[in-house]
Amino acid sequence: MKFPRLTPKHVTQASLSFTFTRRAMVLGAVQGGIGALLAGRMAWISLAENEKYSLLSESNRVNLTLIPPRRGWILDRHGKPLAKNRTDFRVDIIPDRLRDKDVVIGTLAKLLALQPEDVERIHEDLEKAAGFQPVQVSDRMSYEQYATVSVRLPDLPGVAPAQGYSRDYPAGPAVGHLLGYVGAASAEEYQERKDPLLITPGFKVGKDGLERSFDLQLTGKPGAKRVEVTARGKIVRELTTRPDTPGHPVRLTVDGGLQEYAGRRLGPESGSVVVMDCWTGDILAMSSMPSFDPNSFSDGISHLEWDMLSKDDHVPLRNKTLQGLYPPGSTVKPMVALSFLEAGLDPREAVNCSGAYRVGRGLFHCWKRGGHGRTDMAKGIYQSCDVYFYHFAQKMGMNVIASMAHRLGLGERFALPFPSQSYGTVPDPVWKERKYKEPWQIYDTVNATIGQGYMLANPTQLAVMTARIASGRQVTPQFVYNRNRKPADPLGVSGQNLRFVQEAMWQVVNGGGTAGRARLPVKGMELAGKTGTAQVRRITMAERRGGVRSNASLDWKQRDHGLFVCFAPFHAPRYAASVVIEHGGGSSAAYPIARDVMTYLFDRSKAYEILAKLEEGWGGSPTDRLRAKMQAYRMEKGMAPVILPSDAAIAMNAADAVTNASNAIGTPVGAGQDNPD
Amino acid sequence: MSVVPASIARLPWKLMLLIAAIAIFGAVVLYSAAGGSITPWALNQLVRFVIFSGMALILSRIPVSVFAGLAFPGYAAILIALIAVELVGGVAGGSQRWINLGFMQLQPSEFMKPAIVFAVARFYARLPVGEIRKWTAIWPALLLIGVPWALVLVQPDLGTATMIAAGGVTVMFLAGLPLRLFIGAGMAGAAIIPIAFSFLHDYQQKRVLIFLDPENDPLGAGYHISQSKIAIGSGGFWGKGFLQGTQSHLDYLPEGHTDFVFATMAEEWGLLGGSALIAGFLLLFRWGTRVSIRAEDRFAKLTAAGLTATIFFYVAINLMMVMGLAPVVGIPLPFMSYGGSSMLTVMLCIGTIMAIDRDRRGGPGWT
Repeated sequence: MKFPRLTPKHVTQASLSFTFTRRAMVLGAVQGGIGALLAGRMAWISLAENEKYSLLSESNRVNLTLIPPRRGWILDRHGKPLAKNRTDFRVDIIPDRLRDKDVVIGTLAKLLALQPEDVERIHEDLEKAAGFQPVQVSDRMSYEQYATVSVRLPDLPGVAPAQGYSRDYPAGPAVGHLLGYVGAASAEEYQERKDPLLITPGFKVGKDGLERSFDLQLTGKPGAKRVEVTARGKIVRELTTRPDTPGHPVRLTVDGGLQEYAGRRLGPESGSVVVMDCWTGDILAMSSMPSFDPNSFSDGISHLEWDMLSKDDHVPLRNKTLQGLYPPGSTVKPMVALSFLEAGLDPREAVNCSGAYRVGRGLFHCWKRGGHGRTDMAKGIYQSCDVYFYHFAQKMGMNVIASMAHRLGLGERFALPFPSQSYGTVPDPVWKERKYKEPWQIYDTVNATIGQGYMLANPTQLAVMTARIASGRQVTPQFVYNRNRKPADPLGVSGQNLRFVQEAMWQVVNGGGTAGRARLPVKGMELAGKTGTAQVRRITMAERRGGVRSNASLDWKQRDHGLFVCFAPFHAPRYAASVVIEHGGGSSAAYPIARDVMTYLFDRSKAYEILAKLEEGWGGSPTDRLRAKMQAYRMEKGMAPVILPSDAAIAMNAADAVTNASNAIGTPVGAGQDNPD
Repeated sequence: MSVVPASIARLPWKLMLLIAAIAIFGAVVLYSAAGGSITPWALNQLVRFVIFSGMALILSRIPVSVFAGLAFPGYAAILIALIAVELVGGVAGGSQRWINLGFMQLQPSEFMKPAIVFAVARFYARLPVGEIRKWTAIWPALLLIGVPWALVLVQPDLGTATMIAAGGVTVMFLAGLPLRLFIGAGMAGAAIIPIAFSFLHDYQQKRVLIFLDPENDPLGAGYHISQSKIAIGSGGFWGKGFLQGTQSHLDYLPEGHTDFVFATMAEEWGLLGGSALIAGFLLLFRWGTRVSIRAEDRFAKLTAAGLTATIFFYVAINLMMVMGLAPVVGIPLPFMSYGGSSMLTVMLCIGTIMAIDRDRRGGPGWT
């Protein structure tokens, strides 16, 4: 292969030297040019784009952290806190910044002496959490633990210790269903509101009950802290801090003392108590037991505790006052009687009760085997004679009863600050046709008239019904305190008819009625009420022939529900209440509770005397019992019992926090700035 | 008659003052980068500078003919070392660049930067004058450049490989090869770039892509460039002030004492400091170019200009990198970046150029 000649030009030593000089100078010029270009480029970045890069440099250097606002207090009608804030030291994990999950959690578990189920919960939460969402490790640390974690931060990427506030419910389980609880915002909640506050460690939103309904009001404005941080997130120094603005307090109509008493008085029963003001509808107590401790929910509940609560057949996770539906049984009889009176039935008209009543081909029994004999309306109520109502209900028709039931609040949905309520059924022919595509039968009327069959109501509705009978006004349940709330509008029912029914209810307790032992132990205070027993099983003909089995011999789930509705004082009705005891075996499980709760309203010390004796038998206050139950559950699951921080220590912490707060603002304990009373 | 002995008076004082000024400025920046401490970097760097300056002065007294004689043997030795790196080199920083000699880490590719200049200059100096326009003037030079270039590229070290090729090709250019060869090769190179790109390692490809759009991945691999530009840009004209740089002190700027030392400097000294530094380097290049033009020997001319170009490539590639004009390739800034290897190389270049300068002026030396 022959290479082509590159050039014919004659090359000499001198011409090469000349070429070199020329090219070296070109090269020098290029170097100078590039130098100028680089200086120009630098000038462009540092002068023309200086503002942009200065801003970026600042945003690198300065880290703005939100300080979660203190949540507004929830107060009872007298200004006593039902939910407040406790100072605490907390540690969270930010999943995004976490590098070695197991090592970090292992170290924390050692430092903070975490229980195995806590560790399990943290792992579970971490799996569920979106990367930016803080997962709580512990929020009841001592200062020493807080300090221990803080000094080890460089070795624990993703761990964020903080000092903050957590929600404290002094009454514990007694206010669980009423107030609900708070917790870290979920990923969905963040998607919905896009508020960066929601993903700030330590910030909690209301998750249930009133905490959830009044969340916006209770949430304050966050403070902010500007800190200088290194690239690794280490804080160099604090620049400025703007304090948070605490949320507004919410003052409830609830009487904290009564609420707590009602919860404790329910004792080991599965049931509910609703007490309301007959005139204004103010809810004074709304208790569903057994309950959960909102304190442990707000702290991030352990898997074990959740397990225990969700497996309990007494359903502690359900707010029975609104979500529990029961056949109201005989408690509807005053309402039915009122509908008869309004429809023109003469209360003196009577029927002979022989203990059973034939309707078509069926035989309907009165609760009293031997029968009540001649029974008029008043006796029908205070003796709770079923046959009287079987007879006249057919005569008056279901529509009369159903329309009165609605007027008194049954089957009605109230505008309540709760996420869910079940509002039951008041059956009538149109309803049955719509729902079951079947015509209304005469026995449907007979069943409904004694509050059985399709008839279902929740305890709050029963209390409203009683309050409306007691005051003759269209009261609806109210939760927000208003000193100047006017009594509700009249129902438009004749006063004479109301008085007749009220007197019959007085007879129930104070006359020859079914609840003689419900009399108030307070001089001059008379209670009027109505008992109810709701069957939850069918009594077969065979069983009836051999004698109906006593409730005590049945499985708990098979026993009758016990109900009682009442109002007091009889002569000037002020308070109305309903008590429902699931599978209590009959109304005798309910009215003593109603009596004692009403007693509390007139004579607290007497009420507590009674309670003290009862609680001795039950094994302590609801908090004690819940704790004991938890321990038993742990043992059952084969785990070591936990040494919980003693009540005293927690109480001390809480007291300290309150004292500190009040020292700071120079007002006595219990009258902090959050507290308008 | 001066009191200063002639041998001392004849030392290139102006040049030494210039590089000392740059090196001291570098030490000041390293002092700040360490959070206001002469340890661990500033003191080391100054000590090194003094030692290597001494070495350069000793080099400057060696006759150019000795360098010419050592050009090929030195090149061969470094080439063997490069191959050894491939075979036994320890893995450092994800790529094989070092041989551990026990008492020090040896990075032969660093020494190849001046060695390629010596070798190619030597080749053209020995080439008969008439041959310069023939193929025999091209392929041996390309071979001399291509072998170490390929070896360094597979290490992989894109920055050093580029510098070796650039240094060698610059000498070829200065040797007087026809201009159209360079133009043609440049155009061919532009066509080949997309193909060459596909042969790069993943992380190299990523760096190139990120260089083209650093904001695309500001927290990932584009982090270096983004943070460097923030540091330079936030410095403004006057800078944030000595010891006041937040990007470097709060660790946002990675490699703030080595490859990105210019950004550390620019943040605190602003455009003013940056321009002064660039001007200082340009003075250095001007000196080198002048020495090469004044030299009489062909080897000396090519070597002086080639070594100047080598220092220039260090500076240009590094500055383009920190200002977001070139991908992050790991080329340090002479005298400023902390590190012994690069300072040794640069001082070797300067010592040689000083020797060429002295040789022309017929100054004292060992013969």
